[in-house]
Amino acid sequence: MDRLVLLVSTGVARGLVIALFALSLVIIWRAARIVNFAQAAMAVAAVYVAFAVQQATGSYVLALLSALVVGALLGVAVERGLMRHVAGRTPMPGMIVAIGLVMVLQALLGIFFGPKHRPMTPVLSEAPLYVGDVPVLSRYDLFVLLVALVVVVGLGVLFNRSTLGLQLRASAVAPEVSRLLGVRVPRMVTIGWMLSSAVAALAVLLLVPTELGLNAHSGDVLFVHAFTVAVLGGLDSPAGALVGGLVVGVLISLVTGYASAGLAPLAVLALLTCVLLVRPGGIFATKEARTA
Amino acid sequence: MTRSPARPGTRAPRTTRAIVVRAVLLTLLALALTFALDPFRNYQLAVIAATFCATAGLTLLVGLTGQLSLGHAVLMAAGGYGYALVAGPAAEAGLGGTARFALGILGALVLSAAVGGLLGLAGARLRGPYLAGLTLALVIALPALTTQVPGLGKDQGLGVPFEAVPAPLAGLMVVEQWHAWIAVVVAALAVTPLVVLRSGRAGLRMRATHGDEVAARLAGISPARVKVGAFVVSAVAAGLGGAVLAVVTQSVSPGRYSLAFSLLLLVAVVVGGLGSIGGAAAGAALVVLLPWLVEALTSAGGLSADLEQRLSGNLALAVFGALLVAVTVVWPGGLAAASAGPRGRLARALRRSRADDGPGPTSDAAPAPASDPTSDQASYQAPDQTPDPLPITER
Repeated sequence: MDRLVLLVSTGVARGLVIALFALSLVIIWRAARIVNFAQAAMAVAAVYVAFAVQQATGSYVLALLSALVVGALLGVAVERGLMRHVAGRTPMPGMIVAIGLVMVLQALLGIFFGPKHRPMTPVLSEAPLYVGDVPVLSRYDLFVLLVALVVVVGLGVLFNRSTLGLQLRASAVAPEVSRLLGVRVPRMVTIGWMLSSAVAALAVLLLVPTELGLNAHSGDVLFVHAFTVAVLGGLDSPAGALVGGLVVGVLISLVTGYASAGLAPLAVLALLTCVLLVRPGGIFATKEARTA
Repeated sequence: MTRSPARPGTRAPRTTRAIVVRAVLLTLLALALTFALDPFRNYQLAVIAATFCATAGLTLLVGLTGQLSLGHAVLMAAGGYGYALVAGPAAEAGLGGTARFALGILGALVLSAAVGGLLGLAGARLRGPYLAGLTLALVIALPALTTQVPGLGKDQGLGVPFEAVPAPLAGLMVVEQWHAWIAVVVAALAVTPLVVLRSGRAGLRMRATHGDEVAARLAGISPARVKVGAFVVSAVAAGLGGAVLAVVTQSVSPGRYSLAFSLLLLVAVVVGGLGSIGGAAAGAALVVLLPWLVEALTSAGGLSADLEQRLSGNLALAVFGALLVAVTVVWPGGLAAASAGPRGRLARALRRSRADDGPGPTSDAAPAPASDPTSDQASYQAPDQTPDPLPITER
């Protein structure tokens, strides 16, 4: 029973990081109709800068801020410099360009920083806290939980309660009409990229201390899980990303704890297959695919 | 049905006989070429031929039906494991030579067709990014699958019985050249049916489904059946490639069929030109030869050991990534469009600029759905304006 509580609570903490990253994929899909395969590589590049900032100043808060800022700048650079020039009414050319960008970014990171993992010490202790005598979350997990919740709520307020959010949503759903009504649609797309890559950088920054360390490929597994989650929940649905992230996080944690770590990818694949066969647009798909 | 062969500027589809004659000639040429190559070059030729099987299948799937699969490495692996699972026991039972090889190939066909059929059934229901997500999860799960399923040999994979040079040819060639022969012949057998399908009625159906599913349905085509069929055909070709690779390397293991390899197949297809079989061949040669070339250059450059270790693998990866981006953004037709000559390129550029201005005078489509605010862009594309490069000219 103790074990179950521990596994579920760490699963929730991991799941929130996955949900954050999935949320960044959802933001970008809604804004630009692109699945950004390069999200993880861009986020890892931003975290390398944050890592350097932390080493230079010793301040975790500065590192966190620099990850957000560099992530957002990278998003702007990629959108303005590259994605804007991809012609296409289908998502495919965008996906292919993003895949090319992953290869370039990971290769460059590998060339400049080498293959070794740079350990990043967490800002708070990772020893579990006890409720009664049942081990639950560590302080760091609590911190992750808190940051993730703040970001999710903040994004919710931004998208649903602000003028900017309304413009963002409008230009994602009906770009032509929004333009006629005076919304600067290209600018909204750029803002979508900024938000999305900043959130992704934050997710990777939160993840790295709990893993082996920083490496060009530290974001890969997170990306795969988050993409799975985004697909599970429906690429259009922020709520789906959140719920899906928690489900996948707990599932991975339970399978790893009770069976073996090797089974986790299979469990994720099985979940994905089942959901997609029952609901091809994801669990929270708001709109059925138009076929006729 | 906008991509019917009657469209101006399109060559009439070749007859099946012409395709087969050309395939036989090309195969004979490749077989003759092996005599001019040293053993290592012959090994490389065999690997290129195996990769060509997979890229030809993938280019058909992505270019013609518009289904983006990131999991073709898994389909190759299915072929390799299918071969090993049948040929291994056959060798233990004392079977040898052609019978064992044929049984192994049959195993590869069955297993890859089964996996491809399952993926195709999923693919028929899923739109672009969702299918990409499913195939991505499949590639990531492959190592876990081989570890957890008993009989697949875990990380080490399975051994494959050695195919020696048959006695009548033994004086003529070394084993690498014989393997190159096997690879070239299997590639010819795998790819020729694809070319026939592509230039015939099936290819037309695939293009119609890609161009506009609603229109295709009105014309009596079942998009689901077309998509599943395309996936199975593509999977079988990739599976044959995997079987050849298993024979040439005498083993099949999950490490070889990683996500990176799957993405390389995509690079080959995009750089070669989506939908073009000739482009798929050029792309296969590129992804096999370029890493080797880059490796040779960096080790000859007299760099420090640390720098060389960092560059190893990464430099080729960067070049592939840059190629993928550059070709998609600047030069969407790939190598196939370049070889189609200036007229083809000009026509394409004109058509693209017309597509940017909205439906041109030649467009036979109703008002473009892009101006319809309620249309879901992801599931919808205007016929005749699809920007992704469908090869109008063959090659």
